[in-house]
Amino acid sequence: MSETSIFADVLRWLPFVLWGFGLNVLMSVLAIVLGTGAGVFLGLGQTSHIRLVGGVSRLATQLFRNAPWLVLLFYCIFLMPYSIVISGATYNVPSWLRATLGFSLPVAANFSEIVRGAIGSIPKGQWEAAEALGYSRSVTLFRIILPQCITRMLPPWMNLYALLITATPLASIVGVEEALARTQAAVQSEAQASFLIPMYATLLVMFFLYTYPISRISNALERRFRTV
Amino acid sequence: MRTEIEGRDLVSLKGVHKAFGSFEVLRGVELGVAKGEVAAIIGPSGSGKSTILRTINGLTPVDHGVIQLGDITVTDPKVDKVALRHRVGMVFQQYNLFPHKTVLENVAMAPIQVLKEPRKDVEERARNLLAGMRLTEKALAYPGELSGGQQQRVAIARALCMQPEVILFDEVTAALDPEMVKEVLSAVRKVAEDGMTCILVTHEMRFAREAANRVFFTDKGVIVEQGEPKAFFANPQDPRTKEFLDKVL
Repeated sequence: MSETSIFADVLRWLPFVLWGFGLNVLMSVLAIVLGTGAGVFLGLGQTSHIRLVGGVSRLATQLFRNAPWLVLLFYCIFLMPYSIVISGATYNVPSWLRATLGFSLPVAANFSEIVRGAIGSIPKGQWEAAEALGYSRSVTLFRIILPQCITRMLPPWMNLYALLITATPLASIVGVEEALARTQAAVQSEAQASFLIPMYATLLVMFFLYTYPISRISNALERRFRTV
Repeated sequence: MRTEIEGRDLVSLKGVHKAFGSFEVLRGVELGVAKGEVAAIIGPSGSGKSTILRTINGLTPVDHGVIQLGDITVTDPKVDKVALRHRVGMVFQQYNLFPHKTVLENVAMAPIQVLKEPRKDVEERARNLLAGMRLTEKALAYPGELSGGQQQRVAIARALCMQPEVILFDEVTAALDPEMVKEVLSAVRKVAEDGMTCILVTHEMRFAREAANRVFFTDKGVIVEQGEPKAFFANPQDPRTKEFLDKVL
């Protein structure tokens, strides 16, 4: 078997795997959106002075943050209904969508901690100065504290996204046809040992090319905000 | 020496107690400040000076006692917080300006957002106050671009912009480099000379002697001695006051 033909084989399978990778990207984008939205509520909830809200938020955050992503994924895959009925019409919930919800749980919990940490990192004097000027607690939070948090939250948020995209191949275990599942399929159908390494290497490069710039931007932002 | 709390006082504290956990910071503070007076509170660290100040605008709730500010009872649990903060301004040791807002926004935002005053009027007032603090050209700068002394003068303008009746100054020069202390003290003095009632916690004894009408000495959570600054510094009565002044002067 010549090297050129292996290269040609990899190239032949590339569009097939790239489509799968598109699903990884789709799942990660949806999960980061859902997870960030839920994480904002959980994070604000953690800082609430209302005992019940604070307690529930902390519990949910710790629960989802300290569980393996794969376990949460299994939970969502098997606990969620396979189809839902909306105003008479039945919709199937595809496994990739259920997996996406599974990913958004740990994302929400991790972002909740990012929010809590950012709020906690704002000096207490900011709250006091606002209070002395007649601002209520909630107005202080939204007008004075959170605007200062955004720059602090951006780098860890991007790191979280990088972690998320690299975790999405876990979905292949529960039967989602994403990049890893498709690579496996390609390797199996070629049925030649020398094809295995280049094919998986291609998959690695794919993830690296996508994730590395995100890490770099995140690091650059972190450096920039630190000096201000 | 004035011992009783007089009816004309704008700010009065009667039997104020406050404990943090088992530590009693304030153990029956009696204090009265008349309208237009400049009161300096001095005393050793941990004697409760800053806590006294913070009880006056309700930042620190008290355990017992009554605090009266004009017709507002600060210690009433149902006190109108906005009305209270409208009438009492506060300047902090660490300036506590909002770093994401410009100098002008820092000064003008609370009257606009909290007191709902028209933006145009407030901004005009804010610009005048900044001019009074010789910060006209800094209006659109961010606090991070200013020196400590400039930031503290912005903080004073911010307190003034609420048009309060009393301003509380909490060790406002303690975080400053020595060369900036003077510019801030002269800004405080200007505020006092314009007739504002001022209560200041300070380590600057010379400033207390020169700018204050009345000096209060605190030790271990009570006001030990008070008086006109000249007599107070020249002839302290209580042994604790003497000991303290011996150390710091």
